[in-house]
Amino acid sequence: MLKRAIFGLLVFGLVGASTYASFFIAPDERTMGLIYRIFYFHAACGWVMFTAFFICFFCNIAYALRREPRWDALGVSAAEVGVAFNTVVLITGPIWAHPVWGIWWTWDARLTSTFVLWLLYIAYLVLRTLIEEPDRRALLSSIFGIFAFLDVPLVYGSIRWWRTQHPQPVIMGAPGSGLAPAMLKVFFFSVFAMHALMLLLLSERYRVEKMRGEVDVFRRELEGA
Amino acid sequence: MSLLANATTLLGKELRTEFRSRELLTTTGVFILTVIVLFSFTFDPGAVESRRFGPGLLWLAFLFAASLMLQPCFLREQTNDTLSALRLSVSDPFAILLGKLAANTLFLLLTELLMLPVFGILFNVPVFRVFGQLVLVLFLGSLGVSTAGTALAAISAQARMRELLLPLLLLPMLTPVLIASTQVTIDLLDPSPFMEWKGIGFLAVFDLVFLTALWLFGEYLLEE
Amino acid sequence: MTQTAARSIGIRFDDIEKRFGGLYALRRISLEIAAGQCVVFAGRNGSGKTTLLRIAASLVRPSHGAVSFVETAPGSVDPESVRPGFVAHATMVYDELTAEENLLLFARLQGVVAAEARAVSLLQEVGLLERRDSLVRTFSRGMRQRLAIARALLHEPSVLLLDEPATGLDPPGVTWLAEALRRLRDSGRTILMSLHGESVISSLATRAVLLDAGSVAADTRTGATFRSILTFADV
Repeated sequence: MLKRAIFGLLVFGLVGASTYASFFIAPDERTMGLIYRIFYFHAACGWVMFTAFFICFFCNIAYALRREPRWDALGVSAAEVGVAFNTVVLITGPIWAHPVWGIWWTWDARLTSTFVLWLLYIAYLVLRTLIEEPDRRALLSSIFGIFAFLDVPLVYGSIRWWRTQHPQPVIMGAPGSGLAPAMLKVFFFSVFAMHALMLLLLSERYRVEKMRGEVDVFRRELEGA
Repeated sequence: MSLLANATTLLGKELRTEFRSRELLTTTGVFILTVIVLFSFTFDPGAVESRRFGPGLLWLAFLFAASLMLQPCFLREQTNDTLSALRLSVSDPFAILLGKLAANTLFLLLTELLMLPVFGILFNVPVFRVFGQLVLVLFLGSLGVSTAGTALAAISAQARMRELLLPLLLLPMLTPVLIASTQVTIDLLDPSPFMEWKGIGFLAVFDLVFLTALWLFGEYLLEE
Repeated sequence: MTQTAARSIGIRFDDIEKRFGGLYALRRISLEIAAGQCVVFAGRNGSGKTTLLRIAASLVRPSHGAVSFVETAPGSVDPESVRPGFVAHATMVYDELTAEENLLLFARLQGVVAAEARAVSLLQEVGLLERRDSLVRTFSRGMRQRLAIARALLHEPSVLLLDEPATGLDPPGVTWLAEALRRLRDSGRTILMSLHGESVISSLATRAVLLDAGSVAADTRTGATFRSILTFADV
């Protein structure tokens, strides 16, 4: 209990520090004013989203091969956390775009791909709600999860090659375009803080999932009796 | 029996069953036709717009049709538990999946080839002068749709709300196929047609990735 | 069907456990079945009979433990290659194909030599030869069951597993089934079947095992009587 509390405080401290840094330590950007600072948040969440989905992929393979329930518990936790960060990316994009470009959405490569990714992992979560039996649910969703993750580079590739022909506003500039060293430092700190937040959410969600699994076992035994 | 021999035998069985009733092919064909006609109401089908929007709508129609046509694939095997009989009879369970995905690819391709001239006529796009190349992109696209679709049909057959679930699972996953196939088709139907080999290569890679994934993990989908 | 079984194969269930989620379908079952025995599994619905048979058929993976086949005639084929014949409550044949097409399909998949001849001969034995070109959809329950048995015998299995094979059969059907099973038993095949109660079929058994809530509750091998097991007298 104490360990969890300390970790939680640490994470909130990190996130707080990174927010402070985004607002007060990072240098001003030439054209965009205050709103650009959301970039540190938006892009960092993007990286965390991928980390979470990768963890989910790893857990899916582990479950398919080993059939131990803890891999399923960790997998679904990672997927949910990933979807949460994914949602943040999809929301902060338009929040940035509107004051800068006057439009809410552009079908730029990154945002579009992120949207498809969101749909894929929402589908994963929906699939799980539609299978009653825990072992079946774990196995079938892990196979879907494997296919979904393998699809990710193909989604990004096809969108980048064939959906970015027309000149259109790119959310927060092309990747890696001219980030000053001072900005980079704040950015990487932000990535680090967001990952710490991800780990906190992941571990808490995993705990809940394991408890839910145990309750489910009792409930099914009672119903069966 | 070897994997390929078993898959071929199963393909034969699927073909025999389908050609006896032809219900899947006719229903899918009519569905695609309906979707195409409905799509044509949503924009002004002049020459330029038809070339620009037509191929995408055509492929979208194919994807919708596939997500419906693939439903019976494993549901049929549940009626009399024939899936268990198949599992007992083959040495490699992948043969079951391979046979089904070959059949699904063929059915899709056949329906698409029948719809292609109709599409060409309704939208006044020249499909016949690039027919061979169109067959190639149709084949690679359909193979991708079938491979992913067969796997996901096996999954959705074991879940609730399967009629709605399969499209929900399949359509996002097939985004790359939709994008690449549409592009290749647009280029082929251009006034000066050309072959987008990058797109063809991409589709081939998609097919390979999903076939490999199905080969590695597919048997788990058939477990009880 | 009446030819002597090619091999003499016994079955061993080693510490078999099967969980579905948190529910135990089978709890650490260990049984040894000698070659040529005809064993009846009795028990209520949900006692684990179907699960046990499906594990023996390799359709279901046990959560723990293993099934193995034991070759009693020395110097014969590898016991790993044993493929039991399985007859379930579902017919496991395709309604949209004819009787002959069904048998040909499964014969070819299993690599049966001279598949056409084998299919015809089995159709003859189960009395369906005149209906070989009819779609199974048009068959009665009894006819489907006969076809299901023909399918199970295509590869001349030395082990037969039958899960409540008499369900839905009318009295003539049951009589035919009992006679067919008798001939199979007398030809040396090892037979495991699950049944609901006493009948002319259960009288063929050389051993009976009672399952209750996934465990062995009684066994004629350890002194229980056939009657008590088949009528669940002690449960």
